[in-house]
Amino acid sequence: MTERVDFYARQAANRRWTWTLVLTFLVLAALVGLAADLFVFGSYRPGAGGFPIVSALAVAVASLQSVNAYFYGDRSILRALKAKPLNPMGDREERELFNIVTEMSIASGLTPPKVYVIDDPAPNAFATGRDPEHASIGVTRGLLEVLDREQTQGVIAHEMAHIKNYDIRTMTLVAALFGVVVLLADWSLRSLRYGGRVAGARRAGKRGGGGGAAGILLLLTILLMIVAPLLSRLVAMAVSRQREYLADAGGTEFTRNPLGLARALEEIASHHSPLKRATRGTAHLFIHDPLERKLDNREGFWADLFSTHPPIEKRVQRLRQMAYVG
Amino acid sequence: MSWILLALVILVAGYLSVTFNALVRLKQIVANAWKQIDVQLQRRHDLIPNLVEAVRGYMQYEQDTLQRVIEARAKAVAATGVGAKAAAEGELTQALGRLFALAENYPQLRANDNVLQLQEQLTTTENQIGFSRQFYNDMVMRFNTKQQVFPTNLFARMLGFHPAEYFEAPVAAREVPKVDLTLRRGSATPAPPVPPGQAEDAPRPGS
Repeated sequence: MTERVDFYARQAANRRWTWTLVLTFLVLAALVGLAADLFVFGSYRPGAGGFPIVSALAVAVASLQSVNAYFYGDRSILRALKAKPLNPMGDREERELFNIVTEMSIASGLTPPKVYVIDDPAPNAFATGRDPEHASIGVTRGLLEVLDREQTQGVIAHEMAHIKNYDIRTMTLVAALFGVVVLLADWSLRSLRYGGRVAGARRAGKRGGGGGAAGILLLLTILLMIVAPLLSRLVAMAVSRQREYLADAGGTEFTRNPLGLARALEEIASHHSPLKRATRGTAHLFIHDPLERKLDNREGFWADLFSTHPPIEKRVQRLRQMAYVG
Repeated sequence: MSWILLALVILVAGYLSVTFNALVRLKQIVANAWKQIDVQLQRRHDLIPNLVEAVRGYMQYEQDTLQRVIEARAKAVAATGVGAKAAAEGELTQALGRLFALAENYPQLRANDNVLQLQEQLTTTENQIGFSRQFYNDMVMRFNTKQQVFPTNLFARMLGFHPAEYFEAPVAAREVPKVDLTLRRGSATPAPPVPPGQAEDAPRPGS
């Protein structure tokens, strides 16, 4: 018998993460707003009074965005990845995928998720949504072509485990709330490094005589530079490598066939082309890092801290141990 | 003194109602899981005549095997009750397995799109039967364990709960919980045809 995954404990942990992520996002928005109030518009001064109008606005917008991310985050992710709904009556591979998803929803006792296909030759798969009743699984065309039935079944079972765990909710929120922040932080660092544009904007702002848009831009840049490392640390903790190991074990509980997934992972890892439409904001959703980052293959403290995916060999080894052939 | 008694009564009543509700919920899940198996079995029964018709023309020398499948299906359709159904469906699984092993010897079948499609349909149905059985048995285990642990075992019967029956495959079928009936193109070595009557897996009803 394989090791049991305590799905209830994982669900509780993910509900806690939901709150942590949303609160962090609101605090971040409040900080940005407050900085603007204090230094750009002067609409609020400690002791002197005035109403922190920008902070209030920022928190309001962030709240709306949180609600939006919670309910519609999956849709924006699917759109960003150009995922198209699967046609259950399509070609042989598509019909087979549809059947496999049905099989896995029976094995897991969950409602069948919606299925999407991404037209990309790199074999990969992901799941998103907020709970098992509102879940989607996406696979690339490459995955359908490269993997056999048993391997695909292993991959789908892995994704169903993410769904049953409520991992999808945490992952989707990370992508929808912090994906943008991570990208912005990247962008601001780069624009500072390459100088010109931000400094130019600042000078233009000075000549224009008030803080205005350029001031906000500069402020945002500085704030992001301070907060970005902390944020990416938080995000890395939320999407820790542990999740992938647990989903591998959970998927095995559905198929009772660890070798199918092990062979699938080996096959997926042997293809090195990155997935074109994946970004740093969505990479953590996938079963295998679509950006093919080097950090994933390392072990140790720093890799555990910042990498979103464990080394494939380690996962395969654990799966083979479950099948008593390691 | 009466306060203590009252508190005790409330505590026991609370415990009983929580346990009762948990048992009811599990009973519903088990009943639902059983229905799920039933749906899959029904689908298998519906698919088999089509498949037999589709391959009959190619497999003229395998009338015995085809006949066995048809008979096993008829028996399975007629079976009622968890135990009897499990036994009859196990026989049907074996008969089908034999048919597909023999089908490997007929390369024309691999070129027939209709047959391939039916095969994928049957493969997924077989898997779905396997997985719904797996889910059903897991839930039965949870339901029965819940009834048998102390102190629930003292009053589970009183509340009208009885252990549910496992859906058990016959001994011979137990080794292969999942079936992949898709014809692997080319690579697989065809199984040597076994003369009818000498089949090693002759089903023993009720075993």
